[in-house]
This record gives sequence, C-alpha cells and structure tokens, in this order.
Amino acid sequence: MTAEFTPEEVRYVAALARLALTEEEVASYATQLTSVLGHIDTIRALDLEGVAPTSHAFALENVFREDEVIEGLDRDEVLAQAPAAEDGRFRVPSILGEAP
Amino acid sequence: MTEIAPGWELTVGLEVHCELQSATKLFCGCANAFGQTPNTNVCPVCLGLPGSLPVLNRTAVEFAMRIGLALNCHVEPSIFHRKNYFYPDMPKDYQVSQYDEPINLDGYIELPSGTRVGIERAHLEEDTGKTSHMGGGGRIHDADYSLVDYNRAGVPLVEIVSRPDITSPEDARAYVSELRSILVATGASDGRMEEGSLRVDANVSVRRSGTTELGTRCEVKNMNSLRSLGRAIEYEAARQIELLEDGGRVVQETRHWNENTGTTSSMRSKEEAFDYRYFPEPDLVSIAPSAEWVTAVREALPPMPSERRGKLLAAVRSASPDVDEHAIADQIVTVVDLGIDALVVAAIAAGADGRLALARGANEAASRPEDARALKVESFVELLHLESSGKLSATQAKSVLAAILESGATPAEAIAKLGFEGVDDAALAVIVDGIIGANPQEWQRFVEGDEKVAQFLLGQVMKQTKGQANGRVVAELLALRKGA
Ligand SMILES: [Zn+2]
Repeated sequence: MTAEFTPEEVRYVAALARLALTEEEVASYATQLTSVLGHIDTIRALDLEGVAPTSHAFALENVFREDEVIEGLDRDEVLAQAPAAEDGRFRVPSILGEAP
Repeated sequence: MTEIAPGWELTVGLEVHCELQSATKLFCGCANAFGQTPNTNVCPVCLGLPGSLPVLNRTAVEFAMRIGLALNCHVEPSIFHRKNYFYPDMPKDYQVSQYDEPINLDGYIELPSGTRVGIERAHLEEDTGKTSHMGGGGRIHDADYSLVDYNRAGVPLVEIVSRPDITSPEDARAYVSELRSILVATGASDGRMEEGSLRVDANVSVRRSGTTELGTRCEVKNMNSLRSLGRAIEYEAARQIELLEDGGRVVQETRHWNENTGTTSSMRSKEEAFDYRYFPEPDLVSIAPSAEWVTAVREALPPMPSERRGKLLAAVRSASPDVDEHAIADQIVTVVDLGIDALVVAAIAAGADGRLALARGANEAASRPEDARALKVESFVELLHLESSGKLSATQAKSVLAAILESGATPAEAIAKLGFEGVDDAALAVIVDGIIGANPQEWQRFVEGDEKVAQFLLGQVMKQTKGQANGRVVAELLALRKGA
C-alpha cells in the first residue's frame, strides 16, 4: 500500500522551497518522491517492536565546544561576496509579511 | 477568577525569549556581544556558508539547565530540530531550535502575590540576525529594501513558555518581572528588556465568565517594557471583547503592538500559513546531561529572589516589628533585584535600624548598585547609626552615603569633607525660636493644629541651617514649644 506523492503535494513543497517547477518536472518529481515513500514502507514492514526511535544514525551524544571566542571573518571580505551591501550590512529586497 | 470586563475572563500565556550571557554564540566561536559594529562577529557557521558545521557551546547548555532548574523544571535528554523558513534574518534559511524534545520541561514560578504560573517548557535555540527596513519611513510593509546585520544570528536563547495560567495584565507583568529577577539571579542573562535581551510575546484570549473552553487567541508581539506588556494585553482583550459582543469572531493571528498609538494591528501575511517542516538537525547530536551534571548545576544555583526577599523581610521585621509590610514591598523587591540584600541583611544583623537600612538600600545604594555590593558593612552600619541617633539629618546621611559609595571613603572622612559637623541641639533651639518669632501667623496656625504649616516651619529651619538640622529634632522642638 504505497502512499502516493501527488502533483499538488509536489507544488506545495516546491513553493515552500521557493522552487519554480515546470509541469514536466512536477510529474517527474511526483514519481520520484513516491518511490522515496516506498522505501519508508519497506522500513514500516519490519518488526520494530521494542526498538526506540532515533534521530541520528550514530551513537554519539554530548559533543560540546568550550565557550571561547574565535576570531571570525573580515567584514569587508564577507560583504564583498554578497550581491549587494550598504552601510556595513547585507542589502536584501524588502520582504512582505512578518518575520516568522 | 477575576474578570477583565463585566462578564468576561482573560487568559494569557507568555513566551519569553532570553539571550544567554555566554562569551560566544550557540554553535560557533563568534563573540556574543550587544551593540557592536554590524557584521563584525560573523563566521562561516553563523552565515550559513556551505560546508560549515555547528558545534554546541557547553556553557550555553549549562546556562539553559540553570534556568530550567531555577524554574523548577525537569532537565530532559533533548535534541535540536531545524525550523525551515525563508526570511533574510536567517542566512541558513532555517533556525536551529528544539521542538518536541526540549531540554527543560514542566516547571513553575511563584509570583510575590502567591499565584503560581506553570512553565510548559524552556528550550534552547539560536537567535536571528537583525533586519532594518529602509525607505517607507521604516515601516515593514512600505520598505523599499532591508539591511541585515548577522552579529546576533546564532546568539544562544532560551525560550520560556508559560502555561495559560495568567488571568490579568497585572499578573502578566508580575510574571515577567519575577522571571527577569530569576534569570538575572542564575547569572545566565542580564535581563535587559530595553536592549532586547529579554523579549516577550503574549498569547491573549477572552471567554465568557463561567465558561471553560478557551477563546481563540492572538499572539501579540513587540512589547519592549513591562508597562507596554500590560497596556498591550489590556488593549487586545478589550478589542476581542468588543468584536465578540458585536457578534464577530476572533481570528487566530499574530498582532503587532504599536507603542505610539497604544493599539495592536494584524501583521497580515500575503503568504499561506507557515509550514516549518521541522526535522531533527542532522549536524548535531543529542544532549543527555548526566545525573551528576544536573545535580552539580542545581547545587551551584544561588538563592532565588523569592527566598532572598523572604529573608530580607524577616530581617527588617525582626529589627522593626511595627513595620508596614505593604509599604515596604517595593523596596524589598528593588533591593533584592539589585543584589544589595546581603548588605542590608548584614547591617540589620549588626544592629542597624531595619526600616532605615532598607530605605537607604532601596534608594541611595540602589542608584549605585555595584558600589553598594562592594560597600563595607561596617561603613553602612556606622552611617545608619549616625542618622538614627540624630547626629546626621536625613539629608546629610543621604549625601554622606552617596559620597562613600562614590569614593570608597569612611563615613567620618566623608562627613569631614562635606563639612557636616552637625548643628548641636542648643544652637538649633535658638534657630527654632527665631523662626517662631519671625512667623507669628504661621505659628498660630500650627498651634491650632494645622499640620501643613509644620512643613513650612521645618523648611524655614532647614533653609537657615542649609539643610544641616536634624528634621526629627526640629519636629520635637516645635512640639515642645507648642505644648509649652
Ligand atoms: Zn559565527
């Protein structure tokens, strides 16, 4: 019972990721993403009784760095990489709507 | 439950973002500093450059644990998630935050009034950069373009989410005030609301009195003081009540508090509802503090403000049993907030007048808190004795205290330098008699019981002695003459 990734869902996810897709691409990604869901179904079919969910593939925890200042990047060099800068800051198009 | 308006009850939950005072950012070694030249504390990690990897700051984790434990939470094993959205304040296009497995869960704060407000969670996340909207008078909707400074991007935050247990604007203010004091006491935050190191969002809803189902809530943002928090909640509650009484309905949305107009307005977005697509941050492993670490952090916590207020009040009360506790409540809060309580308690233990020690602590010492925390208890006690015994007038004592806080001199040195040799009682009696003789009408009114004119007579004596007379001795002299 493979779940299907519909063209509508592809368009929604593309919009969230700010991707402009052609109709051919939508159809192609719908097929590809449906097959990705198929892999999840393979895992679902396993007997996972007693297996704790995990968010990572490796058995590591508590990896820390000490709270010591490390010199960062040169501002002019950083701003030179940006499409536009003004007054020591990155210049970006005005964004309508609220900051999330 | 108290009503916010006839027939209506208010429900408020607060989300407080608190910047941590670590030396560096949450995931990189860039300095965590306020008010620096834009984009001078940036690196590949906090600029979201490809190939960079975050490494978690141990001190920030410990600060978050301190806050959680001070708020009576459980410290839990936790992980980070990515909260995905496109906005130029986050160059990575996601914010690293904690989602369904936060570091601190389920605590509470007890307000000075005794009301208990539940804490749902207190989780770690990174702050965003700062955008300034240019053109269009600085208004976001009319801006021509925006400028971005990433010095703040990646600064560690703890977001403290209360349960919707707050039922009045006063309690909301009291909650934030108490939370601020606790945060400062833990040493994890400077608690400065005006500088943005403490930011408060309020979820406000109303419902008909006696009903149990919560109304639709609006989230109000952009309050930068306790006063504007109270005003914003009052306004928003009144707006919702009017809407509902007119047969309308409240739309769940984010609203922006405008300090100048005293109103909230919808931050209507052209986009559809946000879908953050949270998923576990693959570049960071989980945090699982050992029981020993949690215990060590708990045991290292200094006494919290509520405990210190109780101790200070007990000290004042033991020295001045007839004190009006209601009248000194604000002084108690001020002295504890500024960390001068140890000085005041020690002075009282050394025999100083309780009420006087508290008053000088909450006023003169409070205006130079750092110097006051370093002041020798003996100097403070000596000064208080000079005032309570009448050797210094109140005005003189205040000047001497200000001087010793500023210069580190002893009271005797400060008195000599200021020329406060005091006015002896015999000389004062002569001056008082002179004032009585020079103001026969006022004296008559005083004799007939007009208390207001007493202030005038006292003022005349002070003028003649250049403020050096002891007000209490003058009052006694006046009463003596009146009785004679
Ligand atoms: Zn950085």
